[in-house]
Amino acid sequence: MQLSRDELKRAYQRMFTIRAFEERVEKEFAAGNIPGFAHVYLGQEASGVGVCHDLTDEDLIGSTHRGHGHCIAKGCDVKGMMLEIMGKAGGLCGGKGGSMHIADLSKGMLGANAIVGGAPPIAVGAALTQKYKKTGRVSVAFSGDGASNQGTVFEAMNMAVVLKVPAIFVFENNGYGEHTAASYSVGGGSIADRARSFGMPAEVADGVDFFAVHEAMGRALEHCRAGNGPYALEIRCYRFLGHFVGDPQAYRTADELKEARANDPLPLFRKKVTEAKLLEASELDAIEKAILTEVEDAAQTAIAAPPPDLKSLEKDVYARY
Amino acid sequence: MAKKSYRTAINDALRSEMRRNPDIIILGEDVAGGQGATGDVGVVGSVFGVLGGLYKEFGPTRVIDTPISESAIVGAAAGAALTGLRPVAEIMFVDFVGVCFDQIYNQAAKFRYMFGGKAKTPMIIRATIGAGFRAGAQHSQSMHPLFTMVPGLKVVMPSNAYDAKGLMIEALRGDDPVIYLEAKTLYDTEVEVPDEAYRIPFGEGRVAREGKDITLVAFGPMVPRALAVAETLAKDGINAEVVDPRTTSPLDEDTILESVEKTGRLVLVDESPPRCSLAADVAAIVADRGFKSLKAPIKSVTCPHTPVPFAPVLEDEYMPNPRRIEAAVRAVMKFD
Repeated sequence: MQLSRDELKRAYQRMFTIRAFEERVEKEFAAGNIPGFAHVYLGQEASGVGVCHDLTDEDLIGSTHRGHGHCIAKGCDVKGMMLEIMGKAGGLCGGKGGSMHIADLSKGMLGANAIVGGAPPIAVGAALTQKYKKTGRVSVAFSGDGASNQGTVFEAMNMAVVLKVPAIFVFENNGYGEHTAASYSVGGGSIADRARSFGMPAEVADGVDFFAVHEAMGRALEHCRAGNGPYALEIRCYRFLGHFVGDPQAYRTADELKEARANDPLPLFRKKVTEAKLLEASELDAIEKAILTEVEDAAQTAIAAPPPDLKSLEKDVYARY
Repeated sequence: MAKKSYRTAINDALRSEMRRNPDIIILGEDVAGGQGATGDVGVVGSVFGVLGGLYKEFGPTRVIDTPISESAIVGAAAGAALTGLRPVAEIMFVDFVGVCFDQIYNQAAKFRYMFGGKAKTPMIIRATIGAGFRAGAQHSQSMHPLFTMVPGLKVVMPSNAYDAKGLMIEALRGDDPVIYLEAKTLYDTEVEVPDEAYRIPFGEGRVAREGKDITLVAFGPMVPRALAVAETLAKDGINAEVVDPRTTSPLDEDTILESVEKTGRLVLVDESPPRCSLAADVAAIVADRGFKSLKAPIKSVTCPHTPVPFAPVLEDEYMPNPRRIEAAVRAVMKFD
């Protein structure tokens, strides 16, 4: 499917926002401005953006501990995210969620999820709502290769097939679950085959190539929106950094890290759209410049922002208690 | 007013609320029963028959049979609640919570807080509790303390049919995740239950029997046991008050404290192993907030720190039985 110039710009804008945001997170984490853990999405930008490109705010996604990219791909506010990640007032979750629990229900983002395999059952429920209310919307469960080994994910896939709900299981196979290679931990080797064995169509997509992901997702959406039940994508991508920011990665060779960096989705996108004369390099440069300013502003604002009011500690545990 | 069973009262509540609110759905194993089989669908209505007739009235889009897959059942309920439905999920026996607890305490219970108050998760998890069915170690527990300690969950333990209906309606009209624990041994017990809908607010306990000499606080299926013991004791001139908190989260501390202020003596009856039980919790609250009211040490009648045994004689001894409750009351009454 040919995308319009505006759509291509939006895709690059989101991919570059993730890149700039995550590089800033890396920097601010090192500077001590981000409490706790940070798992960044660097190298996987084409996956999240390709999957979310045709989704609306009414379509839903459930994410993972590595969720910043999914948030941005789904349209979450970058400043609200930075405030949240730094644990500040005004963050998307009021500073109570943090990096691993960012959510923005108004954007159909049902939360990053720090439990590996936590989101797919929830995404099936969100898909059940769409089927029940006949909204025509879909629910996407992002998981990694690591989560593909969790029983909850098997249960979610089976339930989605049995209930025939519009759920799309997106397995971002970046080759590692924490510090253990998928080649070791994924018995049988193919996550797509697992999904197929539950009775849904599944395909493997090249996660370095935005267009490959977007096209595969288009087939998934068509299938789900036609009421045919769930669909699965195994998206092969590269994790530029370690499991978390600061992971020394002694378990990966220098050559492997170099190879990962060589499979960078952003230059590939630039090359494809400029060679096809769909966008000018100068237009992409202008997008980058604007985003760098936006991320700089988000970071500065978040650093300067006050922490949450202590009175918020006991608020919002219940709707009523 | 007609007498109805605990089972029928729950069914009534679900039926009337489902008629009133199309967002309520039911999902779980054999909530209808018979899907894909050669005979009739909907003839099971959950293993203890609580959901009888609901499939016939509301059909497969609202009474949804699932695989035996508790994580997916509870997770799907949580996701559906987060996106606008009011699911009632069933975990047939609460013992099975071990295979889906993450979806309860890490997911559903936390959405609202983690997401800065922007989410609501109106869902109910129904589960059966309690020993006495000769069902062995993995089908006989109660587990209510486990849920009670989780912020974000509300925990309901109806002890009679009237409360079962009012508490279920309250749960179905609220916006929080509720663990609704049904006592297997009470399903056939009957009291007068109005036909119309009524709500019993959470956190409002009930004085099930008034008395002046000693307070018995009992939970769920232990309430009728405590009441029976109170009648026995009355013959000996011991006039026991029985408090049924009805919900363990929120807990009606005031009703308990007011009763202890009146009687000065407290015995807790909790079908749970003793450590970190509701008995231990309430004892700590009364020792803290009601210390001056106490004329004697608080005693608890709980299960021993063991799994639930199978052999009937062992199981009967395991549960807080009338003999042990009575002995505890007499010991507290004797204290000077």
